[in-house]
Amino acid sequence: MFFNISSYITETLIYKNFILIFSALDETLLLLLISLPLGFVLSLIFALGRISKNTLISRAVASYIFTIRGTPLLVQIYLIYFGLGSVKAIRESILWALLKEPFWCGVLALTINTVAYGAEIFRGGIQSVTKGQIESGQALGFSKIKLYRRIVFPIALRQVLPTYGNELILMVKATSLVSLTTYMEMTGIARKIMAKTFAPVEAFVAAGILYLFLNFLMVQLVKYLEWKYNPHLRLNN
Amino acid sequence: MFKFEKLVFGDLGWGDEFLLAMLMTLVVSVLSMGLGIFIAIFTAWAKLTYSRTLKFIASFYTTVIRGIPELLVIYLIFFGGSSLVMKIAKVFGYDGYLELNAITISVIAIGIISATYSSEVLRAAFLSIPKGQTEAAKSLGLSKLQIFYKILTPQILRHAIPGLGNVWQVTLKDTSLISVTGLVEIMRQTRIASNVEHSPLTFLITAAFLYLFLTTFSSKFFNFLERKTNKGYA
Repeated sequence: MFFNISSYITETLIYKNFILIFSALDETLLLLLISLPLGFVLSLIFALGRISKNTLISRAVASYIFTIRGTPLLVQIYLIYFGLGSVKAIRESILWALLKEPFWCGVLALTINTVAYGAEIFRGGIQSVTKGQIESGQALGFSKIKLYRRIVFPIALRQVLPTYGNELILMVKATSLVSLTTYMEMTGIARKIMAKTFAPVEAFVAAGILYLFLNFLMVQLVKYLEWKYNPHLRLNN
Repeated sequence: MFKFEKLVFGDLGWGDEFLLAMLMTLVVSVLSMGLGIFIAIFTAWAKLTYSRTLKFIASFYTTVIRGIPELLVIYLIFFGGSSLVMKIAKVFGYDGYLELNAITISVIAIGIISATYSSEVLRAAFLSIPKGQTEAAKSLGLSKLQIFYKILTPQILRHAIPGLGNVWQVTLKDTSLISVTGLVEIMRQTRIASNVEHSPLTFLITAAFLYLFLTTFSSKFFNFLERKTNKGYA
């Protein structure tokens, strides 16, 4: 009986699609594994730039954030993949080795995008650190770097974990747009399957299940980090 | 590089085409936002009821749609939608070929996505109204409908405006994805013009500026609404 059910499941189109799309999971993960850590570090730097007392720096960062948050990610991906590729100077420069690959264009666009949102999130976190904590650090003779490393960043990062978690989930979803630059990650494979089998629902539902699973893992990771780094907020020990 | 002469109005440039495309983006965004709020009212209501089934259905819907990429939702509705419509039509005895037009598909797809975000905003806005107000209205003898229209709705709208403003920005940017359905909005127009003129950079920068224009002005509009509705609330 059980054997019949399992063979019935493996016969269905959706299961076959699932296996095919699952084999493209690493392409999606690779995009995330490079753009998320890079985006995290750059977001912190940009957040510091945003609150810098140097108006030139803070205004430059503010207009960067304004531009990126005001335009769709698709425009940014196309600008980097099709737009930059059409400039002769770039095609002849050393950058072309990277920019001719849809993968690196995707990484670049995703990073640029997440930095704009991440910098705003971290800025809010850094500004929420109460003045007294910074002053007590200064009273203890902390240097500026030590003050940020030991006091401001740990408090700010804990504060923004849930918000940054949302941004991480948006990034998982955003990777699907890179498929529009011929890069074959999960969405790209799903579209290829649809073109071959003429069964759109089975192809996209299979991909959707995988994305749901990926986001579920991301939510669990953020929950774990919150649990680990905010022990005072734990409901039951 | 950037070719300004390609953006003049009339037969020589793409200015008028882009203006129409921008209007199309705006129309689709407004319609999807409207459909989204309409669905969101029911979803938020279902989440706030005591019925477990309704709660489950509503949270299943929002979790799934928010957990999968917008592009997949659009593909699913664009490619899978017409076969579904034909199946429904078959039940009613119609056997021919049926297809929804691009704008209907786009509005339905973006509306379904936007509704998941709006429903959370509306739910939070409802929960921010103290229970005492409903109780006070009840004790004054107002009917359930009167409480909803005269006490709750005005306050829900006021509380929801900043959140709905955020949803609007996301919805507006999501419409860039519906270019896959063939509807001529900003992104589709950009693709067409770049293919004809072999100058993608010019038109992509134009598209970016048009989106910036739309998002900036709509955020100004929402700020205005927020100020207006918060008159007398400090």
